[in-house]
Order: sequence, then structure tokens, then C-alpha cells
Amino acid sequence: MTQPTSEPPSSQTIERLTREAVDELSKLGTYEELETWRVAYLGRRGRLTLLLRGLSGLDIDERRLVGSLANEAKGTLEQNLERRSAEIDGAELATSASQDKLDVTLPGRTTPVGRLHPTTQIVREICGVFSDLGFSVVEGPEVEWDHYNFEMLNIPRGHPARDMWNTLWVDYQNEAGEQPMLLRTHTSPMQARVMESSRPPIRVVVPGKCYRYEATDATHEWHFYQVEGLAVDEGITFADLKGTLYEFARRLFGEDRKVRFRCDYFPFVEPGVDMSIDCFACEGEGDGCRICRDSGWIEIMGAGMVHPKVLAGVGYDPEKYTGFAFGLGPERIAMLKYGIEDIRLFYANDLRFLRQF
Amino acid sequence: MKVPLSWLRDYVDVNLPAKDLAHRLTMAGVEVGEVLATGGWSGCFVGQVLAVRPHPQADRLSLCQVTTGTEQMEVVCGAPNVATDQKICFAKVGANLLNTHTGKHETLKAAKIRGVESQGMICSELELGLGEDHSGIIVLPEDAPLGTPLDEYLGDTVLDLEVTPNRLDCFSILGVAHEVAALTGQVVREPDGYYAEEGGPITDDISISVADPDLCYRYTASLISGVTIGPSPQWLQDRLTKAGFRPINNVVDVTNFVMLEYNQPLHAFDYDLLKDKTIIVRRAKVGETLVTLDGIERKLSDRVLVIADSNDPIGIGGVIGGANSEISGSTTRVLLESATFDGYNNRETAQELRLRTEATLRFEKGLRSELALIALRRATKLIQESAGGRISAGIIDVFTGQPQETQKVTLTAERLNRVLGMEFGAETVDRVLNSLGFSTHRAGPDKVEVDVPYWRNDINIEEDLIEEVVRIAGYDSVPTTALSTPIPSQRPDSGRKLGETVKDELAATGLQEVINYPLVSLEDLQKAEWPTNSGETLRLSNSLNVSEEWLRPTLRPSLLGTLAANQGHGEGPFRLFEVGRVFLAQANDLPDERQVVAGILAGQRSEASWLESSGALDFFDAKGVVEALLERLGVSVQYEPEESPFFHPGRCAVIKAENADGATLGYVGEVHTLVADKFDLRPRPVSFFEISLDQLLQAIPDTARHFSQISRFPAATRDLALVLPGNVTAAAVEGIINRHRMVVRAELFDIYSGENVEPGTKSLAYHVYFQANDRTLTTEEVNRSLQGLLRSLEQELGASLRG
Repeated sequence: MTQPTSEPPSSQTIERLTREAVDELSKLGTYEELETWRVAYLGRRGRLTLLLRGLSGLDIDERRLVGSLANEAKGTLEQNLERRSAEIDGAELATSASQDKLDVTLPGRTTPVGRLHPTTQIVREICGVFSDLGFSVVEGPEVEWDHYNFEMLNIPRGHPARDMWNTLWVDYQNEAGEQPMLLRTHTSPMQARVMESSRPPIRVVVPGKCYRYEATDATHEWHFYQVEGLAVDEGITFADLKGTLYEFARRLFGEDRKVRFRCDYFPFVEPGVDMSIDCFACEGEGDGCRICRDSGWIEIMGAGMVHPKVLAGVGYDPEKYTGFAFGLGPERIAMLKYGIEDIRLFYANDLRFLRQF
Repeated sequence: MKVPLSWLRDYVDVNLPAKDLAHRLTMAGVEVGEVLATGGWSGCFVGQVLAVRPHPQADRLSLCQVTTGTEQMEVVCGAPNVATDQKICFAKVGANLLNTHTGKHETLKAAKIRGVESQGMICSELELGLGEDHSGIIVLPEDAPLGTPLDEYLGDTVLDLEVTPNRLDCFSILGVAHEVAALTGQVVREPDGYYAEEGGPITDDISISVADPDLCYRYTASLISGVTIGPSPQWLQDRLTKAGFRPINNVVDVTNFVMLEYNQPLHAFDYDLLKDKTIIVRRAKVGETLVTLDGIERKLSDRVLVIADSNDPIGIGGVIGGANSEISGSTTRVLLESATFDGYNNRETAQELRLRTEATLRFEKGLRSELALIALRRATKLIQESAGGRISAGIIDVFTGQPQETQKVTLTAERLNRVLGMEFGAETVDRVLNSLGFSTHRAGPDKVEVDVPYWRNDINIEEDLIEEVVRIAGYDSVPTTALSTPIPSQRPDSGRKLGETVKDELAATGLQEVINYPLVSLEDLQKAEWPTNSGETLRLSNSLNVSEEWLRPTLRPSLLGTLAANQGHGEGPFRLFEVGRVFLAQANDLPDERQVVAGILAGQRSEASWLESSGALDFFDAKGVVEALLERLGVSVQYEPEESPFFHPGRCAVIKAENADGATLGYVGEVHTLVADKFDLRPRPVSFFEISLDQLLQAIPDTARHFSQISRFPAATRDLALVLPGNVTAAAVEGIINRHRMVVRAELFDIYSGENVEPGTKSLAYHVYFQANDRTLTTEEVNRSLQGLLRSLEQELGASLRG
């Protein structure tokens, strides 16, 4: 590097100095070298600085010309320095990055991930659809009176239909020596409780646990959830029942699902309905399908028009009011949606099961 | 209920494939669970055994000459019951049959068995898929037409119905025939009940009275003398077998046949075993017993209705007969009973005796009394035809109550339309009802009076008729409309909403939701140190097993159990929670059902990682979860030390609301080592929290959150390392710091005891933040405030600055 000397300022010297400086700069590779270069040309005692100082010896015209050239040269050197500096930055970054490279396939630092039980998820999904259709979500007691669980639903004592609900009874005797307390066998008792405590119009869905005195197997649990629904008002019809449940099925299972309504029996409705959707495993073909047992249809829920005796029992005039009720099993729907083949998995609480949802 | 199509065709033409018929029945509410076809036996024919001789090489085998009428073959047979002249099911070489050794269907080949070639096979039930019996070959009736393909002779289709409890009529083949007729536009052919009476008057031989008419509405009987008991004719045996009944003899089989045909259960007594030619229908006397047909001696209570002779019970009315009057090989006179019993009492009796029979299945549902006589005549005729003998003149018919009038129901077009949301014309209504056997009388274009036929006991109100019309017309004929009634206002259920919010918050904090059975064992409650003798816990009277007998008053054993069940699958972390109900008994009322959230944390804080090891989840992890939850809900609480047998000494805090009168919301702590031992929990410590959601709901501020101004001025920070007596709690220190003037926040960043700190004392170090909303605090202001704070800490807690 040239020692700083006072050169006579002229357009030629400025041009030469600029050329030399730029040429030199292009060969430098470190920040230290750049700093030395900066001091040598642009520093307080740098060549260009000194050259600028020598301008005072020139006459006015020449000074103006050379001065502007010198300032231009200063700008050029500064820009070149900045550019070179950026180039070195990039190169250094590239070098250090290649040394500090991460194995991005290594697992990340774990953060606990919590999940909701699949039943909670599916119950919310079901209630959400009905909520959109104007239904309120309410809950009721899990331990019930025979009165609400059966009597008010047109299932009196000794009625053969009681066989449809094997019951777990609570060890409690009333003064009459009867054993009227039980674990509800469905969430249907809330039909009577809701109607007793309010007047039409009524639209509710009731999610909750239910219990049956039953041996368990892959498709039966003694403890399960049910979502019961009820709509009562003047002028509610069987056609409305079909429309509402059809809309529900479309929203839950998709636009393309076919829905089938057929006659079925529940003592607290008349006419009674079973709603099925076409099997999504076999696309309704049926033959040889395990999911729908060859039928092409999967039963989703029971429903029907509220029985006049149920309405009369809560003091509603059956001549004035009509309504429909329905009930469905969320686990069954989750099983269908997720391909779960054993209902007992739901409440065995094996984390290897629960973590899949 | 098994309905063989061959039998059904006796009463109605079936002119569509079984699968289509099954579909129509199912859509109309008579669900066909399965269509069972027997047959598909190509290469199998009715054959006859011409000669049997022993196999030269094997004692247990025989060589049979078999003919199908056109061909003769020699067959090796291992059945012990094979005999000359038998008609048998013969499978020719090439037939496709179940190989009973491999369990697979295979083509039958000619094969040498112990040196003799067998040119076919004589089949057992098992090989034809007709039953499980493989002990011998099927012996066909003598009149089986030789050479007929077996499909033609034995094949059939059986509809297996899943009958709902209301449709008693579909427990009978005739009832199903009425359904089929209505659904396919056919007409039902009623069976014949006519017979000639050749004997003397029945009243000479038997006297019958009903002492308890409230339980027996009608009792009819006939007498057939000179019968010969033996196997039933083949047609009758076939019918019963295909319907799932075991043939017994030519009298009992008829009673079963007529029951399946008409629904009316009948009973046949050996007349000569009755004392004094007398039958009395009465309640049992206390202490009476009866050995029933199943050989069991039964003690009878006075609610049980018995059929008795002059001395003793000879049957339980509508349930089962007695062994003392059973039809046997030596019976020559049969007294045939066809009665109508009270359904309610019949059901109670069956439950009391734990004896449900084909008879109770029908009687409990309330049979109409018209049926008794119709079925009696039909069965009397068939017994005479199958067992011979003479039928006495006349019958006994004790009608105790008012003769039952035909059920009449009126249906109006207005109601039909209002319930369905569509219109059916009067003609359609009448046509559908008539096709089902109802008679209709028009009382105007919009009103019809309907007589319900005797086989339908489920039609009582207008809606029942509406269902009849719409189910036969098809539910598809009803339009699909959206609800057009006003949307009711929403019913708030704040308890449910809170439960759902809590689930979301805990899941977001990294906990997995579990749902446990709410029934627990007494043992588990005791292991969890729960007081079980307070009478607060309810028990079931018919639990499935002892581990599910008590309604849980706490979630504790549930979650400990869940942890125990999962600990074998890894080292954790286990972060689990449950939102569920606990049940506390109340006098003369349903239990108090309280919603509770509980959580359990144990195992490693994070999955094993290459980054760093994390240590075990502990009390402060559990408390952190609780703090995050309450923070999100806007609930301020205080934690106070608490001792309880479930929690480890010195490691439990009670959570108290700052408002709501300081109500206890719940607990957080480490589970007592001894409790963890009892549940065989491996990871330690086990941290647990539980919060009553009912209490929490009370503690949530009513008002919406209120925004507080964010200061535009900088905060000043001072570090405060305090030395305190060992028993001073952090809560006490923070209480003083946080309420001090200008202090906006304090962070505990270090706790120290040991070297350089006097024994019995500890050091707590805080970052304390001073800030004002209206100005930047000066150094002097901050220092003055800090000095004041130190004085308060010193005076109230004996704190000093750490040197």
C-alpha cells in the first residue's frame, strides 16, 4: 500500500488515485483489510483527504473543477467500500452458516399437547349442528326417577317395552317400599323435565351419559353418551322432522350422503322413525360390507312425533301442540367416522387410543 | 322371530324376491335382521340306502349301496345311524360341500377310504349347513321323492325378524302374512279350523272354573280321546325346525305350531292325570310348589296364577306346564287349553320366577281374547289329524269378564294432515287400512271410523292409525321441510358452558382429557382415603360387578386408576384431566350431582429428548396448570397450606376464592405416598388437583373484564434479595410487595437456603417493577418507595436485605 503523500491535485491524479484504490479494494478479503484501506484513502490523513486539502493551492476555476471531481471520487470510493463490505458479509455468512448448519430433521423441543376426548369432540360437533338450527343445549341429571325415565315417556311399569332398556337401579327405597331411583337409560327424561319447566316453543338437545344393565362387547357399552333432541310447538309436522334430521345428516356426514327414513318403534313417539344414512364404506352397495352388515344402510338415530300421552303428561294440549323427538349415540357416530371397531376403547382411557383424536 | 317363506306362503302369495320383501318389511317397521337361505346344494339329491355292509378294513365304517333312482353307487359311511331302506341326503361326486375337517367348502371328489373307493357322501346336518349335528346322517321321511334335487326338497328362505315390542302380531306367521299382504297387494288366506265332533259332550268329562277372573279373562278347552302319541308328521316337524323349534311329539308340536301360526299359546294336559275331572284357575296358595316341565321345583307366591285340578297346581297359567300333567307316550286323552291371561301379572310372574317362555313373550303383551277360541279350534283339528282320536262334542268357554268389544278408533283428515304435514286422500287411507285387515266406516269425507282386527293390540289412538297409513304408504311419500316455527330464545346452561371452557383451557395447557365410568368400587374409595361410612355415597342394587357398584363421590380413584392403567406404556409425561360428575346422597331425593374437574400429573416433564433431561412433573407443574386455568377465567384465589389423608403431608394447598366469601374451590397437592402405593403407581411424585365447577362458577366475576390503562411511561426495576424467617410464605411476602405504592409487578426469581444464609431462614429474591401512569418516576421516587417497602417487610415479616 502506498504511503500517504501529498500529491498535486489534478483531474489526472484523482482519476489515477480512484483507479488504484478501487483496484486495490477488489483484492481485499477481510474487515481488517477494509479498515486499513479506508484509513489509507478516506481517513483523516488518507490520500484522497490530503489531496482535497491541497485544493486550496489552485486557482478558483481549477479548484471548482477538481474539487467536484474529488468529491465524486470520494463518493465512488465510499460506495465501493460499502459494496465490498457487503460482499465480504455474504461470504462470511456463507462460511459460518455452513459450519453452524442444523440437522433440521432432529425432533424439536417438546411442548405438551393436550387433546379432548373423542366423545367430547363428537358431542360438540353434533350439538353444534343443532345449535345452528336454533336448538339450545341443556343437560339433566344422570341419576333419575323411574317417573321421568319411564312413566312420563309412556312406558308404565310392567310395559313390555321396558325390556328395551335394561336398567341399573340405585339401592334406595321410598316410603312405599318401591325402588324408584335409577341411572338414566337415555337422556330422554329431559323431554319431560324441559316441557314441565317451560312453555312452547321448545327446541333443545340434551347430551349426556346414559347407563344400561348390559354385558359389554364390541358394540355395546353399559356406559355411553346420548344426544336427545326435542322440538315442540304449534304446527310442527312429520315433514319438519324429516327436514331437520336430513339437514343434520348432511351437515355431519356431507352433502352427498343419502338419508333413509323408515318406521320404527319407541313408546314415546308415534309415528316412530329410524333414520339411516347410506353406508360410506361400501357406498350403499351392501353385499359383503362389514360396516353396514350387507344392508347398504347405517342406522344413525331413532326419532318420531312426540306421543300425545307424553304431551298430555306434562300438561300440554295434544290437540294444539305437536312436536318431534330424536336420539342418537355419539360413540356410534365417532366409530363410523373414524373407523373404530370396538366401543369399549372409548372409556378404557388408553392414552394410545385417546392421542389419535 | 323366524319366518320360513315356505310356511308364509300357506297364507299369502309371495311374488317378489326374498331380499325385496325383506326391504319392504324393514321400511314398514318390521325389521328383517337377516335373510337366511338354506340350500345351494348343487349335486345333492334325495337318495335311498339299498344295502349296508361292514367295511372290510374298519370297524366303524360301513359300505352302503345308494341309489338316486337313476344311478347306483357305493359309498363309505361313518354314521352309526345309517340303515337299509333309509331315504337320505346324497351328495354326488362334484357336489360343493362343507368339509368338516378343514371347515372350508370344497368340491367332493371320489376318494379311497381305507382301500375302498367312496363315490359320494351321505350328509349330516353339519355338512349341509342345516345345523351343528354331525353325530349321524339326516334321515329323510319315507315319502321323500327319490332323485329330487335337495334344493327343491329341503331348501328354503327364512326371514329372521327383529320384532319391536309393540308388534305382537309379528310374532305370528299369520300376522306377518297380513303385513306382506298389505305391502304387496295380496290377500291373506285364513287357515281352516273346522273339524267333526265324534265324542260325547265335553261337559260330561270336565268341569272348569276361573276363581280369579282379574287374571284370566277367558279359558277355553277341548278334549280329544284315543290319541296315539308319537312323532309328528314330517311337514309339521319341518315347519317347526325351520322356525327354530325342536319337534317333541304330535300333540305338543301342534300347540307350538298353532302358537306360531296365530300367536295364541296353548297347553295340552294329559287328561287322565287330572284329579276329579276338574280344573280351577286360581292364585297359588302360599307354600304351594310345582315341578314345571323343565324339571325345576318352583315355590309359588300368591301373585302367581296357577291352573289346578281339585287338589294341586298342574301348570302356571300362561307361563309353563307342570310335570305332573305332562303329555307322555302313554297319554290317550288330551285336554287342550287356550286361554287369555292378564299381561301385567304374566310379566310379573315371569320376572319373579326368572322364567321367560314363548308363552310369556306373547301373553305379557296383552293378547286379545277373540284369539283363544280361534286357536283352540285350529289346534284341536290338527291334533286329531296328527295323533288321531275322537274330539268331544262342544268346547268349554269360560268368559269371565265383559266380552271384549272390537277396538274402535276414529281418524280425521285434519289430524292426519296436521301431524304429517301432507295430505292423504280418503281413498288412500281406506285402501291402506283395509289392506292391513282394518274395517273402515266413512263418517264423512274427512272422518273414518276404524275397527281394529283381533291380531293387532297396538292400535289405540289416532296417531297409531296415522302411523299405519304412512308406514304402508312409505315414509318416502312425506315431504321434507324445514322448521318454520319461531326459534325459541336460547336457554343458558352456564354450568355446562363452564365445563366445556375448562376442558378447552386444560387441553390448551397440554392435558389429555379422559372420561371414566362414574361407578367405582368401595375398595378404591377406601384406598383413596375417602370416608365411606358417612352415608353420602350411593350404591347400586343390581351392579354389573363389584368394581362398578358405587356412584363416585369423588374423581380421585378414577384418575389414579387411569394413571395406573397407562403407566405401563411409557415413562410419561402423564398429564390427564377429567370433567365429570360426582354424586352425593340426599335424603328422599335424587343425589346432588356436582360437576368437578380433576387432573393428575406424573412422570417425566417431557418426553425423553436429545436436548435436555427435564426432571419429574411435580406439585408446581400441577399448580401451574391450576393458575393458568384460573387466570384465563379471571378468578383470583389464594393458596393456603392444607393437610388431608389423600395428600402428602406438607404438600397440599387448599384453593380459596378471593371473592365469593373465600369459598373453597378445590385442592392441589402431591398424592400421599401411601395412597400412591395402594394404587401401585410407579412414577413419583403424583400431583393432583381438583376444582368444584359449581363453586368456581360462583367465583367467576359477573362483570365483563375491565380494561386498565397501559402506562406510556417506563418502569424502573429493582432487585430485592430478602432474608426471611423459614416459616414465612411466599404468598405473605408477595402480598406486601404487590400492594405497595408504585409497585406494578414482582417476579420471584430465586429461592435460596443453605450456605451464607442463617439456619432457620431463607432468601427470596424478586425483580420489583415501579411505574406510574402519569409520569416517569424519578430515581429518588423509586428509591423512596423501595425504602418504604423494605420497612414494611421488616416490620410485618421480619425481613432483611441479604448482604
